[in-house]
Amino acid sequence: MKTQLKQVSGKRERQAIKKAFLAAFPHTIPIFAGFWFLGLTYGIYMNVSGFSFWYPMLMSLTIFAGSVEFVAVNLLLGAFNPLQAFTMTLMINARHLFYGISMLETFKGTGWKKFYLIFGMCDESFSINYTAKIPKDVDKGWFMFFVTFLNHFYWFSGSTLGGIFGSLIHFNTEGLSFVMTAMFVVIFLEQWLKDKKHKSSLLGLGISLLSLLAFGSENFLIPSMLAILGVLTLLRKPLEKEETI
Amino acid sequence: MTLTQQVITILMVVLGTMLTRFLPFLLFPGNKPAPKYIQYIGRVLPSAVFGLLVIYSLKDVSLFAGGHGIPELLSILLVILLHLWKRQMLLSIAGGTVCYMLLVQLVF
Repeated sequence: MKTQLKQVSGKRERQAIKKAFLAAFPHTIPIFAGFWFLGLTYGIYMNVSGFSFWYPMLMSLTIFAGSVEFVAVNLLLGAFNPLQAFTMTLMINARHLFYGISMLETFKGTGWKKFYLIFGMCDESFSINYTAKIPKDVDKGWFMFFVTFLNHFYWFSGSTLGGIFGSLIHFNTEGLSFVMTAMFVVIFLEQWLKDKKHKSSLLGLGISLLSLLAFGSENFLIPSMLAILGVLTLLRKPLEKEETI
Repeated sequence: MTLTQQVITILMVVLGTMLTRFLPFLLFPGNKPAPKYIQYIGRVLPSAVFGLLVIYSLKDVSLFAGGHGIPELLSILLVILLHLWKRQMLLSIAGGTVCYMLLVQLVF
């Protein structure tokens, strides 16, 4: 009797998981295209920078944060500076803090999956899980799990294939690293189009440029970051006033 | 960099990323709202950080040698135009990158 009950509940669980997967998958199709393009490019970029496919493979698996992984290529090519790697990562990924704050409620009651949901909370996973209207008969925890898992898988497989495939590429890849600049210009522009006021965007550009001219390409990062934080803190009153207008 | 230094660098990036993702859940396990200052920084910092990243990705461009920054400037303009026109992230990135590669390989 007991084993029968166990079998029935096991079957229900499997059906619920399948249902959640089928509900989550369509939401991730655009991410598939994007992550394969960027992941492949990232893998190829690592490859032409002289790293074996193990690097993009393991880094896409453990870091799973696109922009910082592109930056990590430069960090790995530069002088050994773990503090800068850590601070830079914190600055680039600071936005995750606020995804987390938005998800405090949503992730409650998802059990062991909560750890993975937080681990895999990239921009895209957050955006889908935050905005998707999950049908009532679909398990929310499993739905969010599969969104995160599929995104993670796309990024991982794209990066790994790029890393392997990169060594087979015979066309001239000079200038391919510009993909990083292009990506940041697009992200910057997206944020610009979303913002009503552009003081923070302009401050970021201006302070960094001045700092680059003053300190040179090897040392400008930390002064830039501190100056940005400082100026934004000093401008809190006027900037907050603008927000309410 | 030695392999050990590379592993440490990657671990720092993993640690930093995980810290930004897990910290809110560690700091605010209940329903307490975040301090006002943190909320403010979270709203204004991303725009500035994206500006920093644009400059960071251009840090090794020399204005006095090679293409004098002209291929970068033209390709960035193309990225912006493509993006304002179609608003397709992949198209803008691919278009700008191909343009840059053609410029540095064939023209400059």
